[in-house]
Amino acid sequence: MSEYILLRHRQIPGINKLEVYRQNRGFEAFKKVVTTMQPDEVTEVVKASGLRGRGGAGFPTGLKWAFTDKKAWPHYVVANADESEPGTFKDREIMEGNPFQFLEGVAIAAYAVQANAAYVYLRGEFWQLANSLDGCLAEMESAGFLGEKLFGIEYSLRIYTHLGAGAYICGEETALLESIEGKLGQPRLRPPFPPAFGLFGKPTVVNNVETLTNVPLIIDKGPQWFRTFGTEKSPGMKIFSLSGCINHPGNYELPLGTTFRELIFDYGGGLPGGRNIKAIMPAGASSSLIVATEQALDTPMDYESVPRLGAQLGSASIIVIDDSVKMDWVINKTVHFFAHESCGKCTPCREGTYWMRHLTDRIATGRGAVEDVQLLQAVANQIKNKCLCALGEFSIEAALSSIERFKEDFA
Amino acid sequence: MNNLLSKYPQEIDKILAKYPLGQKRAAVMPLLYLAQREPGYITKQALQDIADILAISITEVASIVGFYTLYRAEPGGKYRLQVCTDLPCALRGADQFLEKLCANLGIKVGETTPDGLVVVEEVMCLAGCDKAPLFQVQSGEGLNYHENQTVESALALVDQWRSEARTAGASLASKENGELEPVNIKAEQGLTSLSNEDRLSIQERGGK
Repeated sequence: MSEYILLRHRQIPGINKLEVYRQNRGFEAFKKVVTTMQPDEVTEVVKASGLRGRGGAGFPTGLKWAFTDKKAWPHYVVANADESEPGTFKDREIMEGNPFQFLEGVAIAAYAVQANAAYVYLRGEFWQLANSLDGCLAEMESAGFLGEKLFGIEYSLRIYTHLGAGAYICGEETALLESIEGKLGQPRLRPPFPPAFGLFGKPTVVNNVETLTNVPLIIDKGPQWFRTFGTEKSPGMKIFSLSGCINHPGNYELPLGTTFRELIFDYGGGLPGGRNIKAIMPAGASSSLIVATEQALDTPMDYESVPRLGAQLGSASIIVIDDSVKMDWVINKTVHFFAHESCGKCTPCREGTYWMRHLTDRIATGRGAVEDVQLLQAVANQIKNKCLCALGEFSIEAALSSIERFKEDFA
Repeated sequence: MNNLLSKYPQEIDKILAKYPLGQKRAAVMPLLYLAQREPGYITKQALQDIADILAISITEVASIVGFYTLYRAEPGGKYRLQVCTDLPCALRGADQFLEKLCANLGIKVGETTPDGLVVVEEVMCLAGCDKAPLFQVQSGEGLNYHENQTVESALALVDQWRSEARTAGASLASKENGELEPVNIKAEQGLTSLSNEDRLSIQERGGK
């Protein structure tokens, strides 16, 4: 890795201090957009960069901003810092190590959609992090980057942190908005989508932490510079959270399109104990299980290539599974997670994950009948396409794919 | 008389200022954290105080307590030691870590140590998968992460709390017998609301 654009604290010690961040062109991009660019021009630059949402869906960021309804005001920007997918721990490192670049990204997004207030929604477990971000925000205000009449222009902005309190579902953007509003964190029926009807019923842009952290450098160095990293359809760098059966777990900032083999063996140091790789989960617990064939290992990790293996890149949380692990145990773990985190709003998800949990409990402890595997598939298929949000869909991915691809573990 | 408001007037002002006029309800989560800080759980009085400050019903406040896992409706151990056992952590030995920790403390998962100091819980992903085994500790002092743990390092932490508690003098166990009354949410919420038992059984079944 020659140059970091997101995890810059690994190269620039002290960049989590405002002074050091400013010495490294910090807030130059924000100043540039507020003093020299029209809001729509900012959106156009982000569109031209090809930046896609890093929270999991991969939706083009500039397009999302452009959808913000200009007939209804005020507008809001919300940073999704709920990071709760098992296997994902990248946003936490960004906010701990390089918080000002992230917050500058929030500020630029706010200017682009002319929001005067932005919220950073952190999962409740990030209590310490929320305190340190509050400190950063106070420093930004003292330095004149937040508040009234920024840079002498008729534009004001405030950024606030808001702590969740332990609910995976709040990473879903509409559940997150409900949660800020002081309600149960349950997803809304869509459409309308947040750019039309978001926080407090107003047009709202919701972006992931990593997505927003890309923005200041895109503005500062230009969209063409950004496109020198990654692939044509998935430009830029991506933080891959590597965990599971791996010698060197951690975050790796690499160009999109890096292969699984490079990440796992070159960067991650391979598997411990001389074990062989059996399966890969590329999107945390929400993943389909990829059989770790030679061909799969040589597949580029980008939004277009991973689906060819019958999976999604998602938030790029790569969980490595070795050949000592049985898949019935793996899906028992993931199903337990989703059964616990189902918000209870949609019956197929609430009841389906409950029954999947009972079935996988039986199967994983050797008490299952042959029919239990078929029943598990039947229950999973009844959750499919029947819920308001993706949690229900995600809950069945690991189960269905592993029954299909690792038949011997369910015999 | 609003106890919460008279106790933390400035902090409450600061919290309310974060949200637009007419959207006071958004302050319910930060106010619940504030109310929980000292007693370690949400008292019946605090539910009423928050409802009054935000002009919403006590049922609406209680529903938030029930939905989110970091709020507690009842008193328990002073320190909630919460171990993640999700898939990535389990692949790094989190299940065995939890089992041995509990065995050493002489309790089962979900139970509180006899001195009333520590409750050990199994929780979902904490976003620290590369540093498993790990746990977070929730207490009146906030929420702190402890990563790359061994059973020994976790027990050393518990020992440290115990010696701090001894220094502080008062035994927590005896304090709990007297002052802290559990919240009776059922009585507060009326007939159409969930009792604690109902809520537990729904949680058990996947919802919250």
